[in-house]
Amino acid sequence: MSRSPGRKQENNKISRELFVLTYGALVAQLCKDYEKDEDVNTCLDRMGYGIGIRLIDDFLARSGIKKCRSYSETADMIAQVAFKMYLGVTPSVSCSNAAGNEFSLILDKNPLVDFVDELPAERASLCYCNLLCGVIRGALEMVHLAAEVTFLQDRLKGDAVTEIGITFLRKPEDRKHKR
Amino acid sequence: LERALGRPRSELSLAAFALLFSELVQYCQRRVASVAELQARLARLGHHVGLRALDALVARERPGRRETKVLGVLLFVKGPLWRALFGREADKLEQANDDDRTFYVIEREPLVNTFVSVPRENSSLNCAAFAAGLLEAVLGASGFPARVSAHWHKGTTLMIKFDEAVIARDKSLEGR
Repeated sequence: MSRSPGRKQENNKISRELFVLTYGALVAQLCKDYEKDEDVNTCLDRMGYGIGIRLIDDFLARSGIKKCRSYSETADMIAQVAFKMYLGVTPSVSCSNAAGNEFSLILDKNPLVDFVDELPAERASLCYCNLLCGVIRGALEMVHLAAEVTFLQDRLKGDAVTEIGITFLRKPEDRKHKR
Repeated sequence: LERALGRPRSELSLAAFALLFSELVQYCQRRVASVAELQARLARLGHHVGLRALDALVARERPGRRETKVLGVLLFVKGPLWRALFGREADKLEQANDDDRTFYVIEREPLVNTFVSVPRENSSLNCAAFAAGLLEAVLGASGFPARVSAHWHKGTTLMIKFDEAVIARDKSLEGR
């Protein structure tokens, strides 16, 4: 069909509601399957990792960006390009240490929690959006950047903002690769 | 929820959803022993989504009006509901020739199956089971209880079988 390719182009958008609700269904299912919050968090991180290692291809193909020359550039890229592309929001980025390898992304609006008011009492340490940490970690690993990504603050837990911390782990191979 | 429902529907990238869905399927797959169980799990997840999607959708698309006829709710599903969730209307809506309880919603290439490849040994698996669960929840919560199942036919067909009571009620409304 000659229309097919054209059709695929139009259809590379999905409704935000479907995405957010599907994520919610996933978290709800995990909560049913695992009793401990830490297990749910770990599972979400792992799934996020699985998504991240594949998402990076789509990201690189669609954004067409060249290699980032510094951790700071990378962090900016994640916040301003990737988050915008996939979640429609742009967190603000700041560097949190002198060595230049720790960054924090502050999410003013988080679409994943569109339909979530607060965590249930028995799930107080659930990191609802932990998938995001895994995604970032997986994607970075695919471009040879090892990093630790965690939630530093979470609005759902009563903090003022939602903050994701990215710590780039320096490895000798990285230096060689950059040259 | 502080935000008004009337805001324009925003869209996100298909790749993000497709990968999320793919992880979801893989997660379910690790915990089940058969294809039927996998489809059941997917249907339950779809159910969860359908219930919540309906409220927001109806408030936005049909404020103050409620579908009371079977045809009305089916057209709502094929059009506004499908468009709101998947970005386009379902391809076809058909009624079974021999059974007035059964209808089909047909999609040549359902969105949820975009990044799913089915290995030959699981050829009966259809991840549209997720969409089937979603649809079942929507119909049930709208007052039209039915059983919805997904089949490989003309692409993907969602077969809707309404409860007897629904059809009987519809027939009695026809007079008005």
